[in-house]
Amino acid sequence: MKPDPGAGLARYRWAVASRVAAAMFGGYALASATAACLAVWLPMARVDAVVTAMLLAFVVYAIGVTWVFATRTAWRAWGGMLGPAVVLAVLFWAGRPAGLA
Amino acid sequence: MTSAKAPQAQGEGLRQAMSWLHTWAGLVLGWVLFAMFLTGTLAFFRPEITHWMQPETPARQAPMPAAQAADLAQRYLARHAPDAARWFVDLPTPREPELGLLYQVPKPAPGQRGFKRVKLDPATGQEVHARQTRGGDFLYRFHFELEMGFPWGRWLASIAGMFMLVAIISGIITHKKIFKDFFTFRPAKGGQRAWMDGHNVLSVLGLPFHLMITFSGLVIFMAMLLPAGISAAYDNPRAFTNDMFPTFAQTKAGPQAAPLLPLGRFVAEAQAQWQGGHAGRIVVSHPGKAGAVVSVGREASERVSYGRLAPSLQFDGVSGALLARHDADSAAMVTAGTVIGLHLGLFAEPLLRWLYFAVSLAGTAMVGTGLALWVAKRRQKAGAAAQQAFSLRLVDALNAGSIAGLCVALAVYFWANRLLPAELDGRSAWETRAFFIAWGLAFLYAFARRARMWPDLLALAAGLSLMLPVLNAATTARHLGVSLPAGDWVMAGFDLAALASGGLLAWMAHKARKPRAQPAARPARARAALEPR
Repeated sequence: MKPDPGAGLARYRWAVASRVAAAMFGGYALASATAACLAVWLPMARVDAVVTAMLLAFVVYAIGVTWVFATRTAWRAWGGMLGPAVVLAVLFWAGRPAGLA
Repeated sequence: MTSAKAPQAQGEGLRQAMSWLHTWAGLVLGWVLFAMFLTGTLAFFRPEITHWMQPETPARQAPMPAAQAADLAQRYLARHAPDAARWFVDLPTPREPELGLLYQVPKPAPGQRGFKRVKLDPATGQEVHARQTRGGDFLYRFHFELEMGFPWGRWLASIAGMFMLVAIISGIITHKKIFKDFFTFRPAKGGQRAWMDGHNVLSVLGLPFHLMITFSGLVIFMAMLLPAGISAAYDNPRAFTNDMFPTFAQTKAGPQAAPLLPLGRFVAEAQAQWQGGHAGRIVVSHPGKAGAVVSVGREASERVSYGRLAPSLQFDGVSGALLARHDADSAAMVTAGTVIGLHLGLFAEPLLRWLYFAVSLAGTAMVGTGLALWVAKRRQKAGAAAQQAFSLRLVDALNAGSIAGLCVALAVYFWANRLLPAELDGRSAWETRAFFIAWGLAFLYAFARRARMWPDLLALAAGLSLMLPVLNAATTARHLGVSLPAGDWVMAGFDLAALASGGLLAWMAHKARKPRAQPAARPARARAALEPR
């Protein structure tokens, strides 16, 4: 995360801000999607599945945030958060219990 | 880039990125984290601190038998809260020999809380009459609510916790030589090196604890932080809460009155079912009505797992029939309960509790040294010019205000407890006000007297801490001269801990007083924050 001498400082700062947003909000979206998807798919009693899903979602969030700052560009960081989040959200949608909005 | 070089270059780049992340994730909410760590560390002794702050309460005795205490609680509640929707009874334990009662006020007046809390002396069956104070509860609550309104404080504390978790993970990745670093401490080298080594030792020493305490802190608030997981599977969050905490499940009552059986018999039956396990908490829904339900939960300190997830039995309060039995033994519940239970540390017997305290103090110092390292590193790198940099001055003053200033504020909190008149109106609010006023003044001082802030604030905190046992002797009859011979380890333990903290703070103040001009002085001065308490 050192400023690239080729690029301007303003550009570097925007890239950092973008990554921070990807980590916080993209990461939260990924964690929420993980929790929702696992909560409906884990083969356990409902309350157990929800609790396990939430425990794992925190791990995913923390690793996700760390990865956001390890990957090469801010764009990849956003993709790495939102891509899996969308896939997990679709899986949740497919597996959600009948009768739930 | 050749293929042989690529992985190494990648590795260095990763370490650099993680070092950046560690620095900034640690700094941004570092001051909040320091306060959370220090107050949380003290909160491991929450009942003991409350006891010291209410010297009117008698020295600890063996707790009253649970069934007898339950009947006593019932007599009080039937008289004072017959219409309450629910009663909560915390049975006496060795650490908290009083009966803790809480009841839901049916229709609270606007602006009033919906719950009323009472402490009973089991010996007399009367309310404990002691000076009004929030005691250790204030430190416990501040640790995760930061004295902000619900739910903002909890959210800020949780976000800080997430930053901490990221700082720990990136810190681990940054350190390729984590074990070698652990045995490296070069205080003589001074400056950034000494700070770095101290920070590494404190971090690695307690690494499993730091990871556990940070992760579990988030798990405690998981229902608030990640509602998506719950709404994915439940229509109504209350249904999840009822499934998760059957002891507290809300039930419907019939309109007609029906006498409640003596609570003692439910306690006796539950303890028989648990084959010697102790009852810890009783929840009575709709006492005095048809459909009353009595839940008896097992004492939290008997297992690592969290109390609200402890095994429980539900009885029909009118007929006495056993309605349900929850052993909370599914893998997920045991895991979640253990994670939360490890954070609260209620299971820890005296020796383990002190170990918790010590490692948690190391965690506090880890945050403190990390903050100081941020300043030391930049000051060293930029030389004399850096002394003038605004960001350095700002961070250094914030460090002094939040590290040394918090120590001053905590000491002032305990001083206020002894000095404010026992009968003063709104007394407990004045105690916490004194805490925040002292902290605010410490910040002002830090910004006004930058050259003197570290030694002065640390010396003030040291003096206030060292004088606490003297103040206690002057204002109560339970000072060290009495408590030590009597083996009253709660009162004596607090006084001795105040002396030890005062000594540590005095040492830090002494180190911080060295003149700044000498090359070796800067690290010594900065090291003041190494162990904030």
